[in-house]
Amino acid sequence: MGNTWVITKRELGAYFSTPLAYVFIVIFLALSGALTFFMGAFFDRGQADLNSFFSFHPWIYLFLIPAVAMRLWSEERKTGTVELLLTLPMPTWQIVIGKYMAAWIFVAIALALTFPLWITVNWLGDPDNGVIVASYIGSLVMAGGYLAIGSCISAFTKNQVIAFILAAVVCFIFLMSGVEIVQAFFQPWAPLFVLDAIQSMSFLTHFNGIVRGVIDLRDLIYFGSIIGVFLYANAAVIDLTRGS
Amino acid sequence: MGNMITITGLTKRFGSFAAVDKISFSVEKGEVLGFLGPNGAGKSTTMKMLTGYLPITDGRAAVCGFDVVGESLEARRRIGYLPEGAPLYGDMSGLAFLNFVAEIRGFRGSEIKQRVDYAVDRLELQSVINKPIETLSKGFKRRVGLAQAILHDPDVLILDEPTDGLDPNQKHQVRTLIKDMAQDKAIVISTHLLEEVSAVCTRAVVIAQGKIVFDGSPVEFAAKSSTHNAVIVKISGTVDGGLRTGLGSIQGVDRVETVGSEGALMLVPASGGSIIEDVSLFVRDKNIEVDELYVERGHLDQVFRELTNAQ
Repeated sequence: MGNTWVITKRELGAYFSTPLAYVFIVIFLALSGALTFFMGAFFDRGQADLNSFFSFHPWIYLFLIPAVAMRLWSEERKTGTVELLLTLPMPTWQIVIGKYMAAWIFVAIALALTFPLWITVNWLGDPDNGVIVASYIGSLVMAGGYLAIGSCISAFTKNQVIAFILAAVVCFIFLMSGVEIVQAFFQPWAPLFVLDAIQSMSFLTHFNGIVRGVIDLRDLIYFGSIIGVFLYANAAVIDLTRGS
Repeated sequence: MGNMITITGLTKRFGSFAAVDKISFSVEKGEVLGFLGPNGAGKSTTMKMLTGYLPITDGRAAVCGFDVVGESLEARRRIGYLPEGAPLYGDMSGLAFLNFVAEIRGFRGSEIKQRVDYAVDRLELQSVINKPIETLSKGFKRRVGLAQAILHDPDVLILDEPTDGLDPNQKHQVRTLIKDMAQDKAIVISTHLLEEVSAVCTRAVVIAQGKIVFDGSPVEFAAKSSTHNAVIVKISGTVDGGLRTGLGSIQGVDRVETVGSEGALMLVPASGGSIIEDVSLFVRDKNIEVDELYVERGHLDQVFRELTNAQ
């Protein structure tokens, strides 16, 4: 595991050595704040909770997380450093996890910086802090799911823009699969178990479960499996695209 | 165990195209093997398979007895590798980058500083070590790449075009470094520069279209030139037909050719044999006044072209 951490440290350093990190954090904070207060009607609702804040996370992540993930492998492939990295004496999965952890820690830092909202809501009223903690965990775990998808897709291409767009599309599919429009598309012809499967793949369904304050093991297992499957695929893609 | 690198029947196919086609060779400790060939001949592909980057289609390769596929990590620990174009993390400083590689290579604590200092010292990187790599000149970038490769004092060094894009001074420096380290390592360098082979290599392997077309010492390589051991004579005054015929009749001389516009003659030996003694005797006997008289070692370019265009 030592080497995984070495990779994570380097990747985190790489995030903060470019303006990307600061741009991301500023946009994330500004956007989540604006949405909470204007579209989420934080004050008008008159309730001491952060629902109006968390309910926008699936949508904010939809395009901000692919932006964090797009450089993970595309950049290495473009500059050729992937050859250097993969010929160092460490297994591919350690590199995959090391890079992924760096991206996740980075998103966690951005998320942690929204703490003034938590303070505000505690100052204004008497919220259920248990629900808020659960929501933060849910948000972070969901971000992990988006990141795993983004990291895997980033390994397919040398082009960061393509990686970004494809990741956003795939994330969108995962996000929307529980929504009625999507379900209506499958309903007339797909058997019930397929419908259930598609619905159960939805980020939104599982995230909403956690945000209600119930950390259901099934929701965590769901996001855990998404992360596991996509990181496994990520390592496989790297082995397949060596030298191309 | 003399063989540090053993390659047997190594093959890489991309679809139906064989980039590397059943090549076999081994490299012993102390050898510097110059890997030559036109672009696309399969030099880099071979090196990429040897370092475990590219999967092998067929055949096998071992480094210090460790199979590069089956015991990949063990093999990779013993290799220092400079990939083509020396890719580096441009956003890092040289020092941060070398520290990173040292840590991945398993060094901890004070060892890291010790190994990095060693590499920085060898490549004379002190003046630029704290600058971001992307701001460095091409020569320095290449040297950071080399520092990364030698940092763990590996048994096997694989350097893909280590002197490409360097100025003559830097080339000289890198070659000196390679020669200094050659004693207790097996080194493979790929290059386009034929003079590099005579300058640093103890052995040359030429590869064309995925196949080995020559494997021997640099001297043997030069000896394949049709003008190897030819003697150039530049005679003061005019050269008449009689003199030319006379020169042509010296024992061992196959033919006489005019070179350049200065009236210099090249006496080409019959089968690459040495004719300089007979020629100088002839010149002295006949009291011919000569401006220049020297032995041609052979044109490496010409040998290279003949070898690689043959197929």
